[in-house]
Amino acid sequence: MDLSLQIAQLTLANPLIAASGCFGYGVEYSDVVDLASLGGVAVKGLFLTEREGHAPPRIVETPSGMLNAIGLQGIGVHRFIAERLPELRERRATVIVNICGTTLDEYVEVARILSDAEGVAALELNISCPNIKEGGITFGCSLPGTHAVVSAVRKVTRLPVIPKLTPNVTDVASFARAAEEAGADAISLVNTFLAMAIDVDTHRPKLTNIVGGLSGPAIRPIAVRMVYECRRVVKIPIIGMGGIATSDDVLEFMIAGANAVQVGTMNFVDPFIWTKLMEGIRCYMERHGLTRLQEIVGTVDTTAGQKAWISS
Amino acid sequence: MMLVDIDAAVIANRRLSDDYNVLAFDAAAIARSARPGQFVMIKTSRGLDPLLRRPFSIFEILRNNSGAATGVSIFNKHVGAGTSLLAEAEPGARLLILGPLGRPFEPVDPPAEAWMVAGGVGLAPFVTLAEALAARGTRTTLFYGARRGEDLYCIELFESLGVGIVLATEDGTRGVHGRVTVPLESALRQRTLGEPVKLYVCGPTPMMRACAGLSLTYGRACDVSLEQVMGCGLGGCYSCVVPARSDTGGPPHHTRTCIDGPVFEAQRVAWDAMTSH
Repeated sequence: MDLSLQIAQLTLANPLIAASGCFGYGVEYSDVVDLASLGGVAVKGLFLTEREGHAPPRIVETPSGMLNAIGLQGIGVHRFIAERLPELRERRATVIVNICGTTLDEYVEVARILSDAEGVAALELNISCPNIKEGGITFGCSLPGTHAVVSAVRKVTRLPVIPKLTPNVTDVASFARAAEEAGADAISLVNTFLAMAIDVDTHRPKLTNIVGGLSGPAIRPIAVRMVYECRRVVKIPIIGMGGIATSDDVLEFMIAGANAVQVGTMNFVDPFIWTKLMEGIRCYMERHGLTRLQEIVGTVDTTAGQKAWISS
Repeated sequence: MMLVDIDAAVIANRRLSDDYNVLAFDAAAIARSARPGQFVMIKTSRGLDPLLRRPFSIFEILRNNSGAATGVSIFNKHVGAGTSLLAEAEPGARLLILGPLGRPFEPVDPPAEAWMVAGGVGLAPFVTLAEALAARGTRTTLFYGARRGEDLYCIELFESLGVGIVLATEDGTRGVHGRVTVPLESALRQRTLGEPVKLYVCGPTPMMRACAGLSLTYGRACDVSLEQVMGCGLGGCYSCVVPARSDTGGPPHHTRTCIDGPVFEAQRVAWDAMTSH
Protein backbone atom coordinates (compact mmCIF):
# COMPACT_ATOMS: atom_id res chain seq x y z
CA MET A 1 0.00 0.00 0.00
CA ASP A 2 1.28 3.43 -0.93
CA LEU A 3 0.13 6.18 1.40
CA SER A 4 2.75 8.70 0.29
CA LEU A 5 2.31 12.05 -1.35
CA GLN A 6 4.47 14.72 -2.83
CA ILE A 7 4.62 18.43 -2.01
CA ALA A 8 7.10 19.93 -4.48
CA GLN A 9 10.37 18.02 -3.85
CA LEU A 10 9.19 16.80 -0.43
CA THR A 11 7.77 13.30 -0.01
CA LEU A 12 5.46 12.68 2.94
CA ALA A 13 5.22 9.01 3.93
CA ASN A 14 1.52 9.34 4.67
CA PRO A 15 -1.13 12.07 4.81
CA LEU A 16 -1.35 12.42 8.61
CA ILE A 17 0.20 15.63 9.91
CA ALA A 18 0.04 16.97 13.45
CA ALA A 19 -1.53 20.43 13.26
CA SER A 20 0.36 23.50 14.32
CA GLY A 21 -0.64 24.86 17.71
CA CYS A 22 -1.98 21.48 18.78
CA PHE A 23 1.22 19.51 19.16
CA GLY A 24 3.61 21.85 20.97
CA TYR A 25 6.99 21.65 19.29
CA GLY A 26 6.52 17.93 18.67
CA VAL A 27 9.04 16.93 21.34
CA GLU A 28 6.29 17.03 23.97
CA TYR A 29 4.76 14.00 22.24
CA SER A 30 7.89 12.00 21.52
CA ASP A 31 7.15 9.48 24.29
CA VAL A 32 3.56 9.03 23.12
CA VAL A 33 3.85 8.94 19.33
CA ASP A 34 6.63 7.72 17.06
CA LEU A 35 7.20 11.09 15.40
CA ALA A 36 8.81 9.43 12.37
CA SER A 37 5.60 7.49 11.72
CA LEU A 38 3.67 10.71 11.05
CA GLY A 39 3.48 12.23 7.58
CA GLY A 40 4.64 15.45 9.20
CA VAL A 41 4.77 17.46 12.39
CA ALA A 42 3.65 21.08 12.06
CA VAL A 43 5.19 22.80 15.06
CA LYS A 44 3.75 25.71 16.99
CA GLY A 45 3.89 29.03 15.18
CA LEU A 46 7.20 30.86 15.45
CA PHE A 47 8.00 34.54 15.25
CA LEU A 48 11.51 35.97 15.14
CA THR A 49 11.46 36.46 18.91
CA GLU A 50 9.73 34.95 21.94
CA ARG A 51 6.11 35.81 22.69
CA GLU A 52 4.16 35.43 25.92
CA GLY A 53 0.72 35.07 24.34
CA HIS A 54 -2.57 36.04 25.99
CA ALA A 55 -3.49 35.85 29.66
CA PRO A 56 -5.62 32.82 30.63
CA PRO A 57 -8.33 31.61 30.36
CA ARG A 58 -7.17 30.74 26.87
CA ILE A 59 -9.65 28.01 25.95
CA VAL A 60 -13.30 27.35 26.46
CA GLU A 61 -15.25 24.28 25.45
CA THR A 62 -18.24 24.60 23.11
CA PRO A 63 -20.53 21.94 21.61
CA SER A 64 -18.27 19.35 19.90
CA GLY A 65 -15.51 21.92 19.77
CA MET A 66 -13.47 24.51 21.58
CA LEU A 67 -12.45 28.13 21.32
CA ASN A 68 -8.85 29.09 21.81
CA ALA A 69 -7.06 32.38 22.15
CA ILE A 70 -3.54 31.33 23.03
CA GLY A 71 -2.09 34.33 21.25
CA LEU A 72 0.80 32.50 19.60
CA GLN A 73 2.93 32.09 22.68
CA GLY A 74 6.24 30.82 21.42
CA ILE A 75 9.96 30.51 21.95
CA GLY A 76 10.96 32.26 18.72
CA VAL A 77 12.86 30.85 15.78
CA HIS A 78 16.37 30.94 17.29
CA ARG A 79 15.50 29.03 20.44
CA PHE A 80 13.49 26.57 18.35
CA ILE A 81 16.51 25.77 16.21
CA ALA A 82 18.83 25.48 19.22
CA GLU A 83 16.55 23.73 21.71
CA ARG A 84 13.89 21.73 19.86
CA LEU A 85 15.07 20.98 16.33
CA PRO A 86 17.95 18.67 17.37
CA GLU A 87 15.54 16.28 19.09
CA LEU A 88 13.10 16.42 16.17
CA ARG A 89 15.99 15.55 13.84
CA GLU A 90 17.05 12.71 16.09
CA ARG A 91 13.48 11.36 16.10
CA ARG A 92 13.44 11.59 12.29
CA ALA A 93 10.32 13.74 12.25
CA THR A 94 9.29 15.45 9.01
CA VAL A 95 9.25 18.95 10.43
CA ILE A 96 6.92 21.56 9.00
CA VAL A 97 7.60 24.86 10.70
CA ASN A 98 4.66 27.21 11.02
CA ILE A 99 6.02 30.74 10.65
CA CYS A 100 4.45 34.00 11.75
CA GLY A 101 5.18 37.64 11.33
CA THR A 102 3.85 41.03 12.28
CA THR A 103 5.39 42.45 9.11
CA LEU A 104 6.32 41.12 5.70
CA ASP A 105 9.99 41.51 6.62
CA GLU A 106 9.55 39.31 9.68
CA TYR A 107 8.06 36.44 7.63
CA VAL A 108 10.97 36.73 5.22
CA GLU A 109 13.56 36.82 7.99
CA VAL A 110 12.09 33.82 9.84
CA ALA A 111 11.88 31.89 6.54
CA ARG A 112 15.49 32.73 5.71
CA ILE A 113 16.74 31.57 9.12
CA LEU A 114 14.83 28.29 8.93
CA SER A 115 16.00 27.61 5.38
CA ASP A 116 19.56 27.45 6.69
CA ALA A 117 18.66 25.10 9.55
CA GLU A 118 19.17 21.37 9.17
CA GLY A 119 16.06 19.26 9.60
CA VAL A 120 13.29 21.58 8.39
CA ALA A 121 11.19 19.96 5.65
CA ALA A 122 8.73 22.73 4.79
CA LEU A 123 7.41 26.12 5.87
CA GLU A 124 3.76 26.69 6.67
CA LEU A 125 2.91 30.39 6.56
CA ASN A 126 0.55 31.38 9.31
CA ILE A 127 -1.46 34.15 7.69
CA SER A 128 -4.62 33.11 9.44
CA CYS A 129 -4.37 33.21 13.24
CA PRO A 130 -7.54 34.98 14.40
CA ASN A 131 -6.11 35.82 17.81
CA ILE A 132 -3.46 38.39 17.21
CA LYS A 133 -4.19 41.90 16.09
CA GLU A 134 -1.06 42.79 14.19
CA GLY A 135 0.21 41.05 11.05
CA GLY A 136 -0.84 37.49 10.30
CA ILE A 137 -4.49 37.55 9.49
CA THR A 138 -4.27 41.02 7.94
CA PHE A 139 -2.24 39.30 5.21
CA GLY A 140 -4.56 36.33 5.17
CA CYS A 141 -7.73 38.39 4.78
CA SER A 142 -6.53 40.41 1.80
CA LEU A 143 -5.81 38.95 -1.64
CA PRO A 144 -2.90 41.32 -2.36
CA GLY A 145 -1.58 40.68 1.17
CA THR A 146 -1.68 36.92 0.66
CA HIS A 147 0.03 37.24 -2.69
CA ALA A 148 2.68 39.55 -1.28
CA VAL A 149 3.67 37.41 1.71
CA VAL A 150 3.73 34.16 -0.27
CA SER A 151 5.84 35.59 -3.09
CA ALA A 152 8.21 37.32 -0.67
CA VAL A 153 8.87 34.10 1.24
CA ARG A 154 9.04 32.14 -2.03
CA LYS A 155 11.99 34.30 -3.12
CA VAL A 156 14.13 33.49 -0.07
CA THR A 157 13.65 29.75 0.39
CA ARG A 158 13.95 26.50 -1.53
CA LEU A 159 11.79 24.74 1.06
CA PRO A 160 8.18 23.99 0.12
CA VAL A 161 6.02 26.99 1.05
CA ILE A 162 2.54 26.19 2.40
CA PRO A 163 0.35 29.18 3.30
CA LYS A 164 -2.32 28.28 5.86
CA LEU A 165 -5.58 29.92 4.91
CA THR A 166 -8.23 31.42 7.13
CA PRO A 167 -11.89 30.48 6.73
CA ASN A 168 -12.87 33.96 7.91
CA VAL A 169 -13.27 35.31 4.38
CA THR A 170 -16.16 35.39 1.92
CA ASP A 171 -14.51 33.26 -0.76
CA VAL A 172 -11.68 31.06 0.42
CA ALA A 173 -11.08 29.70 -3.09
CA SER A 174 -9.92 33.11 -4.32
CA PHE A 175 -7.26 33.07 -1.59
CA ALA A 176 -6.21 29.60 -2.64
CA ARG A 177 -5.76 30.87 -6.17
CA ALA A 178 -3.82 33.94 -5.00
CA ALA A 179 -1.49 31.67 -3.04
CA GLU A 180 -0.93 29.38 -6.01
CA GLU A 181 -0.25 32.30 -8.33
CA ALA A 182 2.29 33.67 -5.85
CA GLY A 183 4.25 30.42 -5.99
CA ALA A 184 2.90 28.38 -3.07
CA ASP A 185 3.80 24.67 -3.26
CA ALA A 186 0.66 23.68 -1.36
CA ILE A 187 -2.02 25.28 0.79
CA SER A 188 -3.37 24.21 4.14
CA LEU A 189 -6.86 25.01 5.37
CA VAL A 190 -8.73 25.78 7.48
CA ASN A 191 -7.42 27.68 10.43
CA THR A 192 -10.02 28.31 13.15
CA PHE A 193 -13.28 30.23 12.81
CA LEU A 194 -13.43 33.50 14.71
CA ALA A 195 -15.96 32.94 17.48
CA MET A 196 -17.10 34.02 20.94
CA ALA A 197 -18.62 32.61 24.12
CA ILE A 198 -20.16 34.65 26.96
CA ASP A 199 -20.82 33.82 30.61
CA VAL A 200 -24.47 34.82 31.08
CA ASP A 201 -24.15 35.28 34.85
CA THR A 202 -21.25 37.73 34.70
CA HIS A 203 -21.92 39.08 31.18
CA ARG A 204 -18.22 38.58 30.55
CA PRO A 205 -16.61 36.84 27.57
CA LYS A 206 -15.32 33.41 28.59
CA LEU A 207 -11.93 34.16 27.02
CA THR A 208 -9.63 36.93 28.25
CA ASN A 209 -9.04 37.86 24.61
CA ILE A 210 -12.85 38.27 24.19
CA VAL A 211 -12.88 36.33 20.90
CA GLY A 212 -11.10 33.15 19.87
CA GLY A 213 -10.86 30.50 17.18
CA LEU A 214 -13.37 27.66 16.98
CA SER A 215 -11.99 24.21 16.19
CA GLY A 216 -13.00 20.59 16.60
CA PRO A 217 -15.64 18.34 15.01
CA ALA A 218 -18.16 21.23 15.12
CA ILE A 219 -16.42 22.89 12.16
CA ARG A 220 -15.68 19.82 10.07
CA PRO A 221 -18.48 20.08 7.48
CA ILE A 222 -17.61 23.72 6.78
CA ALA A 223 -13.94 22.84 6.41
CA VAL A 224 -14.76 19.98 4.03
CA ARG A 225 -16.81 22.35 1.90
CA MET A 226 -13.94 24.84 1.78
CA VAL A 227 -11.43 22.17 0.76
CA TYR A 228 -13.85 21.12 -1.98
CA GLU A 229 -14.12 24.72 -3.22
CA CYS A 230 -10.35 25.16 -3.27
CA ARG A 231 -9.75 21.85 -5.07
CA ARG A 232 -11.82 23.13 -7.98
CA VAL A 233 -9.55 26.14 -8.55
CA VAL A 234 -5.97 25.07 -7.69
CA LYS A 235 -3.66 22.33 -8.92
CA ILE A 236 -1.21 22.37 -6.00
CA PRO A 237 -1.62 19.93 -3.10
CA ILE A 238 -4.12 20.82 -0.41
CA ILE A 239 -3.68 19.93 3.26
CA GLY A 240 -7.15 19.81 4.76
CA MET A 241 -8.08 20.14 8.39
CA GLY A 242 -10.95 20.89 10.73
CA GLY A 243 -12.22 18.56 13.42
CA ILE A 244 -10.84 15.28 12.09
CA ALA A 245 -11.62 12.58 14.66
CA THR A 246 -11.74 9.31 12.70
CA SER A 247 -10.20 7.72 9.62
CA ASP A 248 -13.48 8.29 7.78
CA ASP A 249 -13.02 12.00 8.45
CA VAL A 250 -9.53 11.83 6.91
CA LEU A 251 -10.96 10.08 3.84
CA GLU A 252 -13.81 12.59 3.60
CA PHE A 253 -11.32 15.45 3.38
CA MET A 254 -9.28 13.57 0.79
CA ILE A 255 -12.30 12.76 -1.36
CA ALA A 256 -13.26 16.44 -1.14
CA GLY A 257 -9.83 17.32 -2.53
CA ALA A 258 -7.18 17.18 0.18
CA ASN A 259 -3.89 15.38 -0.50
CA ALA A 260 -3.02 15.32 3.17
CA VAL A 261 -4.68 16.31 6.42
CA GLN A 262 -3.81 17.81 9.77
CA VAL A 263 -5.25 16.71 13.08
CA GLY A 264 -5.34 19.20 15.91
CA THR A 265 -8.07 19.39 18.51
CA MET A 266 -8.70 15.64 18.58
CA ASN A 267 -5.05 15.05 19.43
CA PHE A 268 -5.84 16.82 22.72
CA VAL A 269 -8.67 14.39 23.36
CA ASP A 270 -6.71 11.32 22.30
CA PRO A 271 -2.94 11.60 21.94
CA PHE A 272 -2.91 8.00 20.71
CA ILE A 273 -5.23 8.88 17.80
CA TRP A 274 -2.51 8.54 15.14
CA THR A 275 -2.21 4.76 15.07
CA LYS A 276 -6.01 4.46 15.06
CA LEU A 277 -6.32 6.77 12.06
CA MET A 278 -3.57 4.92 10.22
CA GLU A 279 -5.17 1.56 10.87
CA GLY A 280 -8.55 2.86 9.66
CA ILE A 281 -7.02 4.19 6.45
CA ARG A 282 -5.31 0.87 5.74
CA CYS A 283 -8.56 -1.03 6.35
CA TYR A 284 -10.35 1.29 3.92
CA MET A 285 -7.70 0.80 1.26
CA GLU A 286 -7.93 -2.93 1.66
CA ARG A 287 -11.72 -2.90 1.52
CA HIS A 288 -11.72 -0.78 -1.63
CA GLY A 289 -8.76 -2.46 -3.28
CA LEU A 290 -6.75 0.77 -3.31
CA THR A 291 -3.00 0.52 -3.79
CA ARG A 292 -2.29 4.26 -3.88
CA LEU A 293 -4.17 6.43 -1.41
CA GLN A 294 -3.69 9.56 -3.54
CA GLU A 295 -6.07 8.02 -6.11
CA ILE A 296 -9.07 9.08 -4.01
CA VAL A 297 -8.09 12.76 -3.85
CA GLY A 298 -10.86 14.95 -5.22
CA THR A 299 -13.00 12.02 -6.33
CA VAL A 300 -16.20 13.35 -4.83
CA ASP A 301 -18.99 12.48 -7.25
CA THR A 302 -21.25 15.50 -7.32
CA THR A 303 -23.36 14.14 -10.15
CA ALA A 304 -24.75 11.27 -8.12
CA GLY A 305 -27.68 13.22 -6.68
CA GLN A 306 -28.67 14.56 -10.11
CA LYS A 307 -28.59 11.13 -11.70
CA ALA A 308 -30.85 9.72 -8.99
CA TRP A 309 -33.31 12.54 -9.64
CA ILE A 310 -33.39 11.95 -13.39
CA SER A 311 -33.80 8.18 -13.15
CA SER A 312 -36.65 8.34 -10.61
CA MET B 1 7.15 8.33 32.21
CA MET B 2 4.84 5.41 31.49
CA LEU B 3 1.84 7.20 30.09
CA VAL B 4 -1.18 5.01 29.35
CA ASP B 5 -4.76 5.58 28.24
CA ILE B 6 -7.04 3.06 29.90
CA ASP B 7 -10.66 2.34 29.02
CA ALA B 8 -11.30 1.97 32.72
CA ALA B 9 -14.31 0.52 34.51
CA VAL B 10 -15.82 2.57 37.32
CA ILE B 11 -15.68 0.37 40.41
CA ALA B 12 -17.34 2.65 42.91
CA ASN B 13 -19.01 6.02 43.11
CA ARG B 14 -19.11 7.28 46.68
CA ARG B 15 -21.37 10.28 47.01
CA LEU B 16 -20.12 12.66 49.69
CA SER B 17 -22.69 15.45 49.25
CA ASP B 18 -24.59 17.27 46.52
CA ASP B 19 -21.30 18.88 45.54
CA TYR B 20 -18.73 16.10 45.85
CA ASN B 21 -18.19 12.43 45.07
CA VAL B 22 -15.25 10.05 45.03
CA LEU B 23 -15.08 8.01 41.84
CA ALA B 24 -12.91 4.89 41.76
CA PHE B 25 -11.52 3.28 38.61
CA ASP B 26 -9.99 -0.08 37.79
CA ALA B 27 -6.70 1.28 36.39
CA ALA B 28 -3.74 -0.74 37.62
CA ALA B 29 -1.25 0.50 35.02
CA ILE B 30 -1.77 4.09 36.16
CA ALA B 31 -1.94 3.22 39.85
CA ARG B 32 1.37 1.32 39.73
CA SER B 33 3.43 4.15 38.27
CA ALA B 34 1.71 7.19 39.82
CA ARG B 35 3.70 9.43 42.13
CA PRO B 36 2.22 11.74 44.79
CA GLY B 37 0.46 14.80 43.38
CA GLN B 38 0.26 13.56 39.79
CA PHE B 39 -2.94 13.83 37.79
CA VAL B 40 -5.02 12.05 35.14
CA MET B 41 -7.06 13.34 32.20
CA ILE B 42 -10.54 11.81 32.11
CA LYS B 43 -12.92 11.78 29.15
CA THR B 44 -16.25 12.35 30.88
CA SER B 45 -18.40 11.08 28.00
CA ARG B 46 -17.98 8.55 25.21
CA GLY B 47 -19.01 10.99 22.48
CA LEU B 48 -17.98 14.47 21.34
CA ASP B 49 -19.80 16.48 24.00
CA PRO B 50 -18.18 17.34 26.31
CA LEU B 51 -15.24 17.08 23.96
CA LEU B 52 -12.13 17.68 26.02
CA ARG B 53 -10.85 15.62 28.90
CA ARG B 54 -10.80 17.04 32.41
CA PRO B 55 -7.76 17.00 34.70
CA PHE B 56 -8.04 15.42 38.16
CA SER B 57 -5.45 14.85 40.84
CA ILE B 58 -5.11 11.19 41.69
CA PHE B 59 -6.94 11.11 45.04
CA GLU B 60 -6.24 7.57 46.24
CA ILE B 61 -4.18 4.66 44.99
CA LEU B 62 -6.45 1.64 45.43
CA ARG B 63 -4.85 -1.62 46.52
CA ASN B 64 -5.92 -5.25 46.79
CA ASN B 65 -5.48 -7.43 49.89
CA SER B 66 -1.88 -8.21 49.02
CA GLY B 67 -1.08 -4.50 48.69
CA ALA B 68 -0.76 -4.39 44.89
CA ALA B 69 -1.99 -1.19 43.23
CA THR B 70 -5.16 -1.90 41.26
CA GLY B 71 -6.80 1.43 40.60
CA VAL B 72 -7.15 5.11 41.33
CA SER B 73 -9.89 7.37 42.60
CA ILE B 74 -10.64 11.03 42.03
CA PHE B 75 -12.16 13.63 44.36
CA ASN B 76 -14.77 15.23 42.13
CA LYS B 77 -16.36 18.60 42.80
CA HIS B 78 -19.39 19.25 40.62
CA VAL B 79 -18.71 22.50 38.83
CA GLY B 80 -19.76 21.95 35.22
CA ALA B 81 -20.96 19.56 32.54
CA GLY B 82 -18.03 17.13 32.73
CA THR B 83 -17.83 16.90 36.51
CA SER B 84 -21.62 16.49 36.70
CA LEU B 85 -21.40 13.48 34.38
CA LEU B 86 -18.77 12.04 36.70
CA ALA B 87 -21.10 12.64 39.64
CA GLU B 88 -23.64 10.33 37.98
CA ALA B 89 -21.23 7.64 36.69
CA GLU B 90 -22.44 4.16 37.60
CA PRO B 91 -20.19 1.28 38.63
CA GLY B 92 -19.46 -0.78 35.52
CA ALA B 93 -19.43 2.27 33.22
CA ARG B 94 -16.22 2.70 31.23
CA LEU B 95 -14.37 5.97 30.84
CA LEU B 96 -11.05 6.81 29.22
CA ILE B 97 -8.43 7.79 31.75
CA LEU B 98 -5.00 9.00 30.68
CA GLY B 99 -2.07 9.21 33.05
CA PRO B 100 -0.17 9.53 35.22
CA LEU B 101 0.78 13.09 34.28
CA GLY B 102 2.64 16.05 35.70
CA ARG B 103 5.48 16.90 38.01
CA PRO B 104 4.89 15.22 41.39
CA PHE B 105 5.39 16.43 44.96
CA GLU B 106 8.80 15.68 46.46
CA PRO B 107 8.08 14.31 49.94
CA VAL B 108 10.51 15.44 52.65
CA ASP B 109 12.35 13.06 54.96
CA PRO B 110 12.60 13.25 58.76
CA PRO B 111 13.58 15.15 60.76
CA ALA B 112 11.75 17.67 58.56
CA GLU B 113 8.00 17.85 59.07
CA ALA B 114 5.43 18.13 56.30
CA TRP B 115 2.49 20.49 56.61
CA MET B 116 -0.15 19.98 53.97
CA VAL B 117 -2.50 22.93 53.52
CA ALA B 118 -5.75 22.22 51.67
CA GLY B 119 -8.66 24.48 50.74
CA GLY B 120 -11.89 22.92 49.47
CA VAL B 121 -11.33 20.64 46.48
CA GLY B 122 -7.61 21.30 47.01
CA LEU B 123 -7.66 18.27 49.32
CA ALA B 124 -7.35 16.10 46.20
CA PRO B 125 -3.55 15.62 45.86
CA PHE B 126 -2.83 15.09 49.55
CA VAL B 127 -3.82 11.48 50.21
CA THR B 128 -1.09 10.21 47.90
CA LEU B 129 1.39 12.65 49.41
CA ALA B 130 0.43 11.63 52.95
CA GLU B 131 1.03 7.97 52.03
CA ALA B 132 4.48 8.76 50.64
CA LEU B 133 5.32 10.78 53.76
CA ALA B 134 4.04 8.05 56.08
CA ALA B 135 6.23 5.52 54.25
CA ARG B 136 9.25 7.70 55.03
CA GLY B 137 8.23 8.19 58.63
CA THR B 138 7.89 11.93 58.13
CA ARG B 139 5.71 13.66 60.71
CA THR B 140 2.79 15.17 58.81
CA THR B 141 -0.03 17.60 59.58
CA LEU B 142 -3.03 18.47 57.41
CA PHE B 143 -4.41 22.01 57.67
CA TYR B 144 -7.78 21.75 55.96
CA GLY B 145 -10.17 24.64 55.43
CA ALA B 146 -13.60 25.02 53.88
CA ARG B 147 -16.52 27.39 54.02
CA ARG B 148 -18.66 25.24 56.33
CA GLY B 149 -18.12 22.21 58.54
CA GLU B 150 -20.12 19.96 56.23
CA ASP B 151 -17.75 20.82 53.36
CA LEU B 152 -14.85 19.00 55.05
CA TYR B 153 -14.48 15.47 53.69
CA CYS B 154 -12.49 12.26 54.01
CA ILE B 155 -10.56 13.29 57.12
CA GLU B 156 -10.51 9.63 58.22
CA LEU B 157 -8.22 8.79 55.29
CA PHE B 158 -5.60 11.08 56.77
CA GLU B 159 -6.18 10.01 60.37
CA SER B 160 -5.57 6.38 59.38
CA LEU B 161 -2.17 7.42 58.03
CA GLY B 162 -1.28 9.06 61.34
CA VAL B 163 -1.58 12.59 59.98
CA GLY B 164 -2.28 15.33 62.53
CA ILE B 165 -5.44 17.25 61.59
CA VAL B 166 -6.11 20.98 61.98
CA LEU B 167 -9.47 22.14 60.63
CA ALA B 168 -10.77 25.61 59.86
CA THR B 169 -14.15 26.81 58.61
CA GLU B 170 -15.15 30.29 57.54
CA ASP B 171 -18.51 30.01 59.32
CA GLY B 172 -16.92 28.57 62.46
CA THR B 173 -19.03 25.38 62.46
CA ARG B 174 -15.97 23.14 62.76
CA GLY B 175 -12.39 23.68 63.85
CA VAL B 176 -10.85 27.14 63.94
CA HIS B 177 -13.18 29.98 62.95
CA GLY B 178 -11.67 31.60 59.86
CA ARG B 179 -9.60 30.74 56.86
CA VAL B 180 -7.09 27.92 56.94
CA THR B 181 -4.28 30.48 56.93
CA VAL B 182 -5.28 31.49 60.49
CA PRO B 183 -4.22 28.21 62.20
CA LEU B 184 -1.35 27.87 59.70
CA GLU B 185 0.11 31.21 60.66
CA SER B 186 -0.15 30.57 64.38
CA ALA B 187 1.59 27.22 63.90
CA LEU B 188 4.31 28.84 61.81
CA ARG B 189 4.80 31.50 64.49
CA GLN B 190 5.35 28.89 67.19
CA ARG B 191 8.11 27.07 65.33
CA THR B 192 11.78 27.95 65.56
CA LEU B 193 13.78 27.81 62.36
CA GLY B 194 15.85 24.97 63.80
CA GLU B 195 12.82 22.73 63.30
CA PRO B 196 12.52 22.23 59.53
CA VAL B 197 9.04 22.29 58.07
CA LYS B 198 7.96 22.10 54.45
CA LEU B 199 4.59 23.37 53.29
CA TYR B 200 2.56 21.70 50.54
CA VAL B 201 -0.40 23.80 49.44
CA CYS B 202 -3.40 23.24 47.18
CA GLY B 203 -6.60 25.28 47.04
CA PRO B 204 -8.11 28.45 45.60
CA THR B 205 -5.59 30.89 44.12
CA PRO B 206 -5.99 33.59 46.82
CA MET B 207 -5.39 30.97 49.52
CA MET B 208 -2.28 29.60 47.79
CA ARG B 209 -1.02 33.10 47.31
CA ALA B 210 -1.52 33.83 51.03
CA CYS B 211 0.30 30.61 51.96
CA ALA B 212 3.17 31.47 49.60
CA GLY B 213 3.41 34.81 51.41
CA LEU B 214 3.44 33.11 54.82
CA SER B 215 6.12 30.67 53.73
CA LEU B 216 8.31 33.58 52.71
CA THR B 217 7.66 35.51 55.94
CA TYR B 218 8.46 32.51 58.11
CA GLY B 219 11.30 31.19 55.93
CA ARG B 220 9.80 27.81 55.06
CA ALA B 221 10.04 25.80 51.86
CA CYS B 222 6.68 25.71 50.11
CA ASP B 223 5.33 23.82 47.11
CA VAL B 224 1.95 24.60 45.58
CA SER B 225 -0.16 22.42 43.31
CA LEU B 226 -1.89 24.62 40.74
CA GLU B 227 -5.11 23.98 38.91
CA GLN B 228 -5.79 25.59 35.54
CA VAL B 229 -8.18 24.99 32.67
CA MET B 230 -6.38 22.34 30.63
CA GLY B 231 -6.82 21.21 27.04
CA CYS B 232 -4.54 18.23 26.65
CA GLY B 233 -2.41 17.59 29.75
CA LEU B 234 0.67 16.87 27.65
CA GLY B 235 2.07 20.29 26.79
CA GLY B 236 0.51 20.47 23.34
CA CYS B 237 -2.03 23.26 23.63
CA TYR B 238 -0.55 25.96 25.89
CA SER B 239 -3.94 26.55 27.57
CA CYS B 240 -2.96 25.97 31.18
CA VAL B 241 -0.19 28.52 31.57
CA VAL B 242 0.65 30.40 34.75
CA PRO B 243 3.15 33.22 35.16
CA ALA B 244 6.16 31.50 36.69
CA ARG B 245 9.91 32.00 36.86
CA SER B 246 12.27 29.27 35.75
CA ASP B 247 14.04 27.12 38.34
CA THR B 248 16.95 29.51 38.13
CA GLY B 249 14.85 32.67 38.61
CA GLY B 250 14.56 35.56 36.16
CA PRO B 251 11.38 37.26 35.02
CA PRO B 252 8.13 35.25 34.96
CA HIS B 253 6.96 33.60 31.74
CA HIS B 254 3.75 31.84 30.81
CA THR B 255 4.58 28.32 31.97
CA ARG B 256 2.54 25.19 31.30
CA THR B 257 0.91 23.78 34.44
CA CYS B 258 0.55 20.32 32.87
CA ILE B 259 4.21 19.52 32.20
CA ASP B 260 6.14 22.09 34.24
CA GLY B 261 3.68 21.60 37.12
CA PRO B 262 1.14 21.13 38.55
CA VAL B 263 3.57 21.29 41.49
CA PHE B 264 5.62 24.49 41.59
CA GLU B 265 7.95 25.90 44.18
CA ALA B 266 5.74 28.70 45.56
CA GLN B 267 8.22 31.52 45.00
CA ARG B 268 8.51 30.67 41.30
CA VAL B 269 4.90 31.76 40.77
CA ALA B 270 4.30 35.44 40.04
CA TRP B 271 1.24 35.68 42.26
CA ASP B 272 0.51 39.31 41.39
CA ALA B 273 0.06 38.30 37.76
CA MET B 274 -2.04 35.19 38.47
CA THR B 275 -5.63 35.21 37.29
CA SER B 276 -7.83 34.29 40.25
CA HIS B 277 -10.49 31.68 39.85
